[in-house]
Amino acid sequence: MKTALSTLEMRRATSVAEALEILRDEPRMPIAGATDVYVGLNFGTLPELRYLDIWALDELRTITVNEDVLVLGALATYTMMVASALVQERLPMMIEAARQVGGPQIQNRGTIGGNIANGSPAGDSLPVLAACDAVVVLQSAGAERRVKFTEFYTGYRKTVMRRDELVVAVEVPRVSGRQWFRKVGTRAAQAISKVVVAGVRGEGARIAVGSIAPTVIRLTATERALATGSLDEAMVALRGEVNPIDDIRSTADYRKRVTENLVRRFWTETA
Amino acid sequence: MTTAVGQSVSRKDGIGKATGATKYADDLHFPGMLFGRTIRSTIPCGRVKSIRMDFDTSGFTIVDYRDIPHRNVVALIDEDQPYLVETEVRHMAEAIVLLAHEDREKLLGANVVIEYEEAEPVFDPERSPHSFKDITIEKGDVEDALASAEIVVEGTYRTGHQEHVYIETNGVIAVPEHGGIALYGSLQCPFYAYKALRSVLGNDHPLRVIQTETGGGFGGKEEYPSMIAGHAALLAVKSGRPVKIIYDRVEDMVATTKRHPSIVRHRTGLTREGRLVAMDVDVILDGGAYSTLSAVVLSRGCIHAAGPYRCDNVKIFGRAMFTNTPPNGAFRGFGAPQTEFAMEVHMERIAEQLGMDSLTLREMNALRPGDMTATSQVLKQDASALECLQEAVRRTDYRRKREELKGTNRGIGLALFYHGAGFTGAGEQRLASKARLDLTATGARIMVASTEIGQGTRTMHAQIVSDALGVPYETIEVAQPDTSVVADSGPTVASRTCMVVGKILERCALEMKERLEGMTPAQYHAKHGAFSIVKEHIQPEWMRWDDDNYQGDAYATYAWGCDVAEVEIDRDTYEVRPVKVTAVQEFGRPIHPALAMGQIEGGTVQGLGYALLEHVVMKNGAMANPTLTNYTIPTTLDTPELDIVMLENHYDGGPFGAKGLGELPMDGPAPAVVNAIRHLGLDLRDIPAIPETLIACASL
Repeated sequence: MKTALSTLEMRRATSVAEALEILRDEPRMPIAGATDVYVGLNFGTLPELRYLDIWALDELRTITVNEDVLVLGALATYTMMVASALVQERLPMMIEAARQVGGPQIQNRGTIGGNIANGSPAGDSLPVLAACDAVVVLQSAGAERRVKFTEFYTGYRKTVMRRDELVVAVEVPRVSGRQWFRKVGTRAAQAISKVVVAGVRGEGARIAVGSIAPTVIRLTATERALATGSLDEAMVALRGEVNPIDDIRSTADYRKRVTENLVRRFWTETA
Repeated sequence: MTTAVGQSVSRKDGIGKATGATKYADDLHFPGMLFGRTIRSTIPCGRVKSIRMDFDTSGFTIVDYRDIPHRNVVALIDEDQPYLVETEVRHMAEAIVLLAHEDREKLLGANVVIEYEEAEPVFDPERSPHSFKDITIEKGDVEDALASAEIVVEGTYRTGHQEHVYIETNGVIAVPEHGGIALYGSLQCPFYAYKALRSVLGNDHPLRVIQTETGGGFGGKEEYPSMIAGHAALLAVKSGRPVKIIYDRVEDMVATTKRHPSIVRHRTGLTREGRLVAMDVDVILDGGAYSTLSAVVLSRGCIHAAGPYRCDNVKIFGRAMFTNTPPNGAFRGFGAPQTEFAMEVHMERIAEQLGMDSLTLREMNALRPGDMTATSQVLKQDASALECLQEAVRRTDYRRKREELKGTNRGIGLALFYHGAGFTGAGEQRLASKARLDLTATGARIMVASTEIGQGTRTMHAQIVSDALGVPYETIEVAQPDTSVVADSGPTVASRTCMVVGKILERCALEMKERLEGMTPAQYHAKHGAFSIVKEHIQPEWMRWDDDNYQGDAYATYAWGCDVAEVEIDRDTYEVRPVKVTAVQEFGRPIHPALAMGQIEGGTVQGLGYALLEHVVMKNGAMANPTLTNYTIPTTLDTPELDIVMLENHYDGGPFGAKGLGELPMDGPAPAVVNAIRHLGLDLRDIPAIPETLIACASL
């Protein structure tokens, strides 16, 4: 059942500094595009009642390159990323991912920062960030720290973020090698991922998979096997490190076998 | 000569809907109106031990079963379903308590605590101890014929639930009026709701039901509105104020009806050449926790279970089983999509076992004019199975493609099907529908209870009357159904609104024309004033039906179809994408070609969703994915190129030769798609054919 709106409370920040002050003083869930918040609202499963709207913080709505690092501001939307020449040049697999998020309306509202902070294991951009060794930039009132994306999540929708921190950007170092992305959703559009794979094939392989574990994961054993051995050996390693579950969208068996098939395809297609 | 019929004239409801001016139930407001909410069971089986209002109840109207003035039973066929639980809970989301408040927010915040004593639920229809209805159709001697058959092929086929996903969820408003109730609602059958309200409120007070503009039904607003109408009326009676209940999508998906899941077993005897000599069919439907319409869904399902084929020895045995799940109900096709799916997939497997081409098998056995159906109905000249099959094969270059695609990631398959129009057997005779046509100062006004739910009822009826009366289409008005003013033309179901009600209206118009004696309606009206013509359905005199033995003329006529589906598979992910669907359908003739095309396109895509995407996940007797995010219907990107062909073969008993069309397009897509998947080398016998099922199927 729908959540009663009168039980919710929201404040609006007009600058990052103000947002950080508010978060310092009281715990609130930051929201931007609110695309996943509305799903929770309609289903009565919202985790929080107090919100901080940061949609107006244009200073976070940027895509730049700084010392050869691609910096995606937290409020960069999927639509912005798709249109960005910088993203196209440096991170084409992110464009693939962004184009397959929900539909155009969701892509206009949904942000990279939201996808990161929301922490759904099915987030379509997350395997891309995990595969390219991105770094999350967190700010709190008077402080800033950087966390490796692969160390950002600690469990299902759990992160290392403190309640007074805000994701302000994600930094993507130059990716060398061929990029590859494949989302397996429940239908051709407006779909949530059942398996989502991002891969980079440079000197070795970097492979990240979403929707098959409580968080997005890197297939480190598979990567090692691919770097040193055969594809078949890599598949043995993969079967050892992929342990998905059944849920309302798919089955453990399907996820495991499709992950294997897609990693195989990634390796074959990027050869 | 016709000037409206056969033309794609502008829709009567087109401008209002296109501009957004049209008001739906949730757009209506009445002074002093309260909002209603339903408190539902959270267990699938057991008893209510206690109920406690854990909120400040001031300003609330609270109703439980003790507030029901007359009978706590939803009047339908078997009267087994209560409006509100007394003590026994039979399924999840069963209504127990009703609340109303003028502030929607306060209403959402109210917490009702219910304690239960739980009992062991039954979820598997094959293990259910109780059947709502058994049906046997028998012709010839099946056991004997099976014993002497040269080849016997067996198989079991399963279909899942399907949710209607009408764009407007269920919603009604009950308004106290003249000491009684006026019920406004999004519904298909105003007189069903009227009868149900009489049962709950009694006969002592005035009552009328008004259909509000309705955003889709697909059968989902056939019987369920009787439930929600009763709830709103109870709250309105107790509070003395108008009460609006509108379900949100989650509640609508969790609590209201769905298509019956089915398990169909076939045992078929044939000659070596492929002639059908015996068909033994066992049909099980999962009825859910109350009987609702299961008996008649089962009836239509069983009658269609032998498919559009001739066979002298047929036995069809069907059961609708009790389970502790929300009752399943009417859904476009009404049992036939389930049984025709089984038959058409089975035909493909028979062809494989015989080592013959499935087209030849179908051509050899397809029903022709003069042939007898499973119920021993002799078909007339308007039986078009072969014509549909041949046109579909020609148009798709089926034989060549079937060869060419072998061993690739593309497959092609087809399904041949038919659908009886109107109520089954003597149903229309018993219903004795009436239609009324009023002369107005400018033309005529149609006064029927048939509802416009997006499919084009108003437009199509006005076209029929326009041509029969010989006046311009624009001069025909159509009254909004209100049970206090329109004739009871029966429910808007069973592909009967054009063929049956349209025919009565045609007769009304022809008689009105005679009365006008060559004058225009305006001239006549100026001279003599208004008058009305009322006519009742006349059952074709040749129809015979034996309801005890399920033998005879099951339907006045049938519509026919052949769908060809071409699909593509990704062998890494087992995603199947429909590439093209060709739908050849014969339904007498289209009254409005654009609307008819829309019915076929929409029904075909709904059938593709049924085949490939729409998976109701049940957990502990309730839908676990009741959102449009997780219950996936096809989007535009999931919809392939559609090639629609409308063949004509007029039925004399229908208006201008028309038969029923609404349900037909739902019957073909699922078996056509599964047969195309079979062409890819996957032995699939169940739908939905989601990738998870296919990958399991591939590893067998």
